[in-house]
Amino acid sequence: MTDIILSTEHLCKNFGGLKATNDISLNFERGVVHAILGPNGAGKTTLINLLSGELLPSSGRILFKGYDITSAPPEKVSRIGIGRSFQKTNILPGFSCLQNCWIGAQSCLLTSMRFFRPAKHLRNVHRRADHALQLCGLSSKRNQIAATMSYGEQRQLEIAMMLATEPELLLLDEPLAGMGTEESQQVTELLKELAKEQTLILIEHDMDAVFSLADRITVMVDGAELETGSVEQIRNSKAVQDAYLGHEEDAA
Amino acid sequence: MHTVTRPIVIFLCICLGMLLLFPAVGSPFYTELVTKIMILSIFTISLDLLIGFTGLVSFGHAAFFGIGAYLLAIIFNDVENINYWWSLTLTLSLTGIVALVIGWFSIRTSGVYFIMLTLAFAQMCFYFFFESPHFGGDDGIFLSNKPEIMLGTRQLIDLENEHHYYYFVLAWLAGVYLFLSMILRAPFGHVLIAIKANEQRVRALGYSTQHYKLVSFVIAGTIAGLAGFLEAAHTSYVTPAYLGWHESGMAIMMVILGGMGTLFGAVIGTFIVVLLQDILPNFTEHWKLIMGAIIIGVVLFLPNGIAGLIFSISNRFSSAKKEAGKEHD
Amino acid sequence: MESSFYLIQLLNGIQYGFLLFLLASGLTLIFGIMGIINLAHGAFYMIGAYLCYWLTGITGNLFTGILLAIPVSILFGYVVERLAISYLYKRDHLYQVLLTYALILIANELQSILWGNDVHSVPIPELLKGSIQLTDNQAYPIYRLFISAACIVLAVVMYWVIQRTRLGMTIRAGASNREMVQALGININWLFAIVFSMGATLAALAGMLSAPVNSVYPGIGDNILIISFVVVVIGGIGSIKGAFIGAILIGLADTFGKVLLPGMASMSVYALMAVVLFWRPQGLFGKA
Repeated sequence: MTDIILSTEHLCKNFGGLKATNDISLNFERGVVHAILGPNGAGKTTLINLLSGELLPSSGRILFKGYDITSAPPEKVSRIGIGRSFQKTNILPGFSCLQNCWIGAQSCLLTSMRFFRPAKHLRNVHRRADHALQLCGLSSKRNQIAATMSYGEQRQLEIAMMLATEPELLLLDEPLAGMGTEESQQVTELLKELAKEQTLILIEHDMDAVFSLADRITVMVDGAELETGSVEQIRNSKAVQDAYLGHEEDAA
Repeated sequence: MHTVTRPIVIFLCICLGMLLLFPAVGSPFYTELVTKIMILSIFTISLDLLIGFTGLVSFGHAAFFGIGAYLLAIIFNDVENINYWWSLTLTLSLTGIVALVIGWFSIRTSGVYFIMLTLAFAQMCFYFFFESPHFGGDDGIFLSNKPEIMLGTRQLIDLENEHHYYYFVLAWLAGVYLFLSMILRAPFGHVLIAIKANEQRVRALGYSTQHYKLVSFVIAGTIAGLAGFLEAAHTSYVTPAYLGWHESGMAIMMVILGGMGTLFGAVIGTFIVVLLQDILPNFTEHWKLIMGAIIIGVVLFLPNGIAGLIFSISNRFSSAKKEAGKEHD
Repeated sequence: MESSFYLIQLLNGIQYGFLLFLLASGLTLIFGIMGIINLAHGAFYMIGAYLCYWLTGITGNLFTGILLAIPVSILFGYVVERLAISYLYKRDHLYQVLLTYALILIANELQSILWGNDVHSVPIPELLKGSIQLTDNQAYPIYRLFISAACIVLAVVMYWVIQRTRLGMTIRAGASNREMVQALGININWLFAIVFSMGATLAALAGMLSAPVNSVYPGIGDNILIISFVVVVIGGIGSIKGAFIGAILIGLADTFGKVLLPGMASMSVYALMAVVLFWRPQGLFGKA
């Protein structure tokens, strides 16, 4: 039997009359890179926001390792081991790289309601923050102020912050968005590295990256699941070609 | 985030030294005035914790100052023979509880709603004292006798002696400054500062930001209550004006002028504003006009305040030093 | 107490609510469209009251006084927007609070320089003197009815402008989505200046209308400012409908609070606000 880490049951989210997410039932397996593909407005980011607790679903359930986390707020989702990165770079711009990761790493403390000892004496936090920076290849920039870094580096930092919380499951919202070829290659390498040990749910526009990274792919259109399957299945699916690949050509 | 560099530590030590020596050279009038400024500094420094570090623009912070002052007066007038330290403990706990209640309601909102809600709660407290005949209404109340500050059986501070109280208040100010610096360096402070920078992200990293904001609000409120307590013991007189929104506005002004997010900036701002309030009326009856112009000037030209200026000078200083070092190699 | 007594309180509450609406509608639009927290709004109320006192004194008639004061208020609002407020767009709320707070200090001092610190009264014109006898010993002054009528007329005009004119369309669009209006290429500077001086004039009008009832004294704008903010927050920032409902609610709460809970009246208003915000943190008609 496969090991399901996260699953959704009939997940819906309505904004007024718009069904941004419509009856999504998916199973995400441990150790698998599961990509979610779809044209703009397909409801991919809404789905991530539902999974990470930013949004409350209109109906349906979300289960993480068998526990119901449907109405858990973002901080709780993060605490139980689901990390997320944002599509629009969402870092602490005035902080150094290390300080950015520090906040993520510090969440390993039972509580940060600690008032007395200076934070920098916490070895364990230090180790986690350093490790996250190292994974993302930012060790040399640890003292640079985040706002002064290049866009690609900020995107890497975005992922490093999430890694510093040492999540079991990673939700990545378009980690390659807006990157040049070289930068995007770097991040793809990073994601491949992470995929060796982690479970990833990946939203991505870049088809090449998705096909090279993902083990399973779900295609969404208009808020609903169109098809889920292996890379080969999706590549050869008639419905997907009609709906999604056709879209792209129209756009081009 | 500012890193406190050595020139700044030296600067702060010089300031502390000047404060320590001041009573030896200053006239009794100015010793009294500086005492008052230091009490107000405790108040504004606590506001800086909210505005400058947590990103909560409280427009009702004076309420806690006033409540602290009233509590001292009420406890002293109504409870026979209460010890100074007990009344302090009682005042701080009660102010803390009020801050918890007001904070619990206000924290649920953000942005303008937070500003307005804190203002409204402060006005509620203002009118509570203003309209209640039991607490003296708009006349305020006098303390029936001066509190005695004892340590064991010895008199620690003689309130009639302006030097005694000066050093007592200075010790409190230093204590509050060190306490806040400590919690800001601790894990708690790191989370607060991050909340100010990007609350959504901090939540996504696993923090119940509401709890942290609430604790920050309660700490700030309690410290403001301490300042009110010290002020009431100093003047033996409490008026509802302490809680008014003009006071809250002036406190924000002091924090911004001094430079928010630095703690010591709030103290500098308080000194400047109170000294201006003292000096300007000598020149013109309409000194508030000048005050208004100064505030506008600060908003337009000095948004990071005087501490911001000091930081940029000290940064230039240390980077110039680095450059010089490089050439040496 | 008899029912006519409560009728009078009801009328008073509604009349106060109408006046608050004049203030709050400007405040809520200035926030909703321009994103500015304008603490100086009470200063316009004060200026309106003093202009009314001054010009009525010169011309000897309240109506001509008000008619002359209106263009002065419009001009004044425009000048303040250009000289001060326009530097605050896109600045943090903190600085808006601070700068407009400074404007209050300046306005109060100017008032003290120009008109002194005495309390002045403004005579009610002959036409509106007297009261309507409700029972043998209860009467309602005609001037208060006039205030309500004037406010209703102004509200209807405002409703018409906002619902039916091109300018109103822009204002409505701006209140619901500021970025969109900017993207549509509408001249923002022009729109902001109009909205601000319109709001300022409405506040000044409230001051003028109430001058004969409340008399004119220093600091007159300060308390009403805070109450107006309460109205705006209860109604939901940016919502004119909310401002109307909020104003009437507060008007009634304040008036009946004074009768039923003497000593707690001023608190009752703030308590009402706390209750509303506890229930709906974004106000009655605010967007979440």
